[in-house]
Amino acid sequence: MSASVGEAAFALTLSAAVIRISVPYVLAALGGFWSERAGVINIALEGLLLMGAFAATVGAWFGHSALIGVTTGVLGGMILAGLYAWLTLVLRADQVVCGIAINLLADGGTRFFMKVLFDSSSNSPRVDAFDSLSRGGVAIHPIVLATILLVAVSTLVVYRTPFGLRLRAVGEHPEAAASLGISVSRIRLAGLLLSGALAGLGGVWLAADQRQFVAGMSNGRGYIALAALILGRWRPQTAALAALGFGAAEALQIALQTSGRSFERFGFALQALPYVLTLVALAGLVGRSIPPKALGRNEN
Amino acid sequence: MSPTDIGESTEALGCAHVWKRFGEVIANRDISLSIARGTVHAVIGENGAGKSTLMRGLYGLHSLDQGSVRIDGELIETPSVAASIKRRVGMVHQHFMLVPTLTVTENVVLGDEPVERGMLVLSRAEQKLIELGERLGLARDPALFRRRVGELSVGEAQRVEILKVLYRGAKILILDEPTAVLSPLEVDDLFAVLRRLRQDGSTIILVTHKLDEVMGLADRVTVLRRGETVLEVETGQTSAAQLAHAMVGRELAKSVRTTRQKTISPPTMRLKVESLSVRRSDGSLALDGVSFSIAAGEILGVAGVEGNGQSELALSMAGISTPERGRVRIDGQDVTALPVIARRRLGMRYVPEDRHGRGLLLDATVEDNFLLGVQEHYRRFGFVDRRRLEIDALERTKALDVRPPDLSAVARTLSGGNQQKVVIGRELAGRRDIPLSTLVCAQPTRGVDVGAIEKIHAEIERVRKDGAATLLISAELDELLALSDRIVVLFRGRIVGELEDFDQFAAGELKSRVGALMLGAA
Ligand SMILES: Nc1ncnc2c1ncn2[C@@H]1O[C@H](COP(=O)(O)OP(=O)(O)OP(=O)(O)O)[C@@H](O)[C@H]1O
Ligand SMILES: [Mg+2]
Repeated sequence: MSASVGEAAFALTLSAAVIRISVPYVLAALGGFWSERAGVINIALEGLLLMGAFAATVGAWFGHSALIGVTTGVLGGMILAGLYAWLTLVLRADQVVCGIAINLLADGGTRFFMKVLFDSSSNSPRVDAFDSLSRGGVAIHPIVLATILLVAVSTLVVYRTPFGLRLRAVGEHPEAAASLGISVSRIRLAGLLLSGALAGLGGVWLAADQRQFVAGMSNGRGYIALAALILGRWRPQTAALAALGFGAAEALQIALQTSGRSFERFGFALQALPYVLTLVALAGLVGRSIPPKALGRNEN
Repeated sequence: MSPTDIGESTEALGCAHVWKRFGEVIANRDISLSIARGTVHAVIGENGAGKSTLMRGLYGLHSLDQGSVRIDGELIETPSVAASIKRRVGMVHQHFMLVPTLTVTENVVLGDEPVERGMLVLSRAEQKLIELGERLGLARDPALFRRRVGELSVGEAQRVEILKVLYRGAKILILDEPTAVLSPLEVDDLFAVLRRLRQDGSTIILVTHKLDEVMGLADRVTVLRRGETVLEVETGQTSAAQLAHAMVGRELAKSVRTTRQKTISPPTMRLKVESLSVRRSDGSLALDGVSFSIAAGEILGVAGVEGNGQSELALSMAGISTPERGRVRIDGQDVTALPVIARRRLGMRYVPEDRHGRGLLLDATVEDNFLLGVQEHYRRFGFVDRRRLEIDALERTKALDVRPPDLSAVARTLSGGNQQKVVIGRELAGRRDIPLSTLVCAQPTRGVDVGAIEKIHAEIERVRKDGAATLLISAELDELLALSDRIVVLFRGRIVGELEDFDQFAAGELKSRVGALMLGAA
């Protein structure tokens, strides 16, 4: 009797942990989806997450409101994505190189402004305003609900609207789209801004979950999200599912670690799982994952 | 623009003093054109003469350095694709502008999508397409519209391109070499459509290398040479010979082969193919027990309507796809299981039909493209011997007159015909270490001008004289007849006929015989 109650409680905390961990993965993967289907590689997801988290913290702290934090977090992601767009779409610089630069910039930039604003380059003070978001628990958390909705809406928009059709065309064959009067740069800009907004929201979650900003708190999540996108074959629902799977693996690994028993080796295997699965998908061992044809190629 | 212009002017499309340069190359030099409504106007010229550049400029795909464009008598301040489409100008490009992963309907509506409450309603477009397809005889099977473009044959893809333009209600059609990839029958179909469109008052600009098409369809013709207009006449007042002369600026040699005598006797069979069968990815048989052999110094022509196994034949000869059954031998050695590189070591060379997909690295320079597949030949202490490569590449580009004669040019920026010359230049080069033993040559002159065809044919003839066994696959019957010793006809993956001793046939009889075989009516 008491054992089953214990198991049920464990299952409940585990599923709560899965959701907690998965939300930023799903949002960042969805963000990556919007830029990569338009043909722009999004290595910068890592930086966008970090920027979202930082901007949300600053907004919520000075605005004394979670809503303001959400808004500034999303805007922060969009602004950084805008910079990425300027580099790749206007200056036609290499996408991967710029993406890495954006990540470095986000890491250094947030540390710098942390020092300026909070006199500590590593930790912000606790932001109480974030409390209001999680009052109802993880199940009815507004950002969780928004994430589910955004996955559904993304699917609808990309496959059923003119904008979605144009975006897919631009990602596959930009010359063909341009020959019909579609502005490739404009579509890609839209894709990147959506990407920034979604990854920014993922960053909001990170900050709100910790109630503060911690330097480098994205901690590789952008890359895992990219892996989920590849594993999900550049489709919103499957990418979200892959992100959820990675989140579950991570939650399980943490649960095993804290259970105190010696599962370390198994834990490491779980940690490596996203990367191994992604390599498998890219190598085509379980049905090949084929990227958008024009991915990474700038217009000339 | 004065309002009377539209009513009175008979001009549909025009341009004045157009200049366009790319770095050193002047692609268009002070070109002026005026195209009357309801006519077909042909634009011809050598590879790299600037035809595609001019068409793209007229359509608004790139900015002009100087000059202006008029549509329906209206001066277009800033030409753009959007402005052209709005004024009912449509363009079919030299290389397909279709998104392979999208369906036909999605490709057609792209940029002009039917929408209801923010959502795509493709069914409405399909309705319109079915009507359009039926009226013009362009697409009789509505199932076509649901298929992914990547699965279509080139002929079908070409029809989709035209539907795409007509769907937007274009009254002025710019067609850049629409017939280059089509078989003769498909060309006839296309021309029937174009005639119907002209009757309905549409205006058509047709870029082509085929002078019989110009003479047969066009009302007027403009000849470009090195970026300039050198001739503009009514087709009724000129001849194919005069046009050819204007294009290349010299007389053309008549035919390369005068004797079809076997130069080596007794014949030694260099390439031997025994009951070769190849399956397509969908499980159907592309080749069904094909056997033939080719002697040293012999050219075997392969005729057939596109899609009857020619592509698969070339791929399995080159070693790219593995046959299900059968054997391939080069000089007696069984190469059936050998990969591409091993076959090349035996002196096999391959001119692929799809130069963009298999022939070139589009983003590499011309010089680097000369290294492909012969990298072993240029190895020196484990590195590439750049100096020797440059000397050879320079010599080959000169021999084939690749324009611009610049080895550092990126292959993508070359005109279509000049890209083809690079492939030919590399594959047909004579090499001391590995003499060319067998040549698999698919559509060697697709999209190539008459002057360059002459050069390419001379190259094939040179290789033959040097003792190579050549398999020549071509959609051009004239090409096959001009070069081959024998011709086999492929129909549904089988050889349904073989012809030799062409001289025994009366003029025209040979062609109609091959034509009948191609249709399976033996
Ligand atoms: N984007 C580009 N960058 C650099 N050079 C270019 C570019 N586009 C065209 N050119 C050059 O301009 C010249 C004209 O090319 P164009 O494609 O108009 O020739 P074309 O008459 O259509 O030839 P073809 O019959 O082979 O298609 C060529 O020398 C080509 O190399
Ligand atoms: Mg051209």
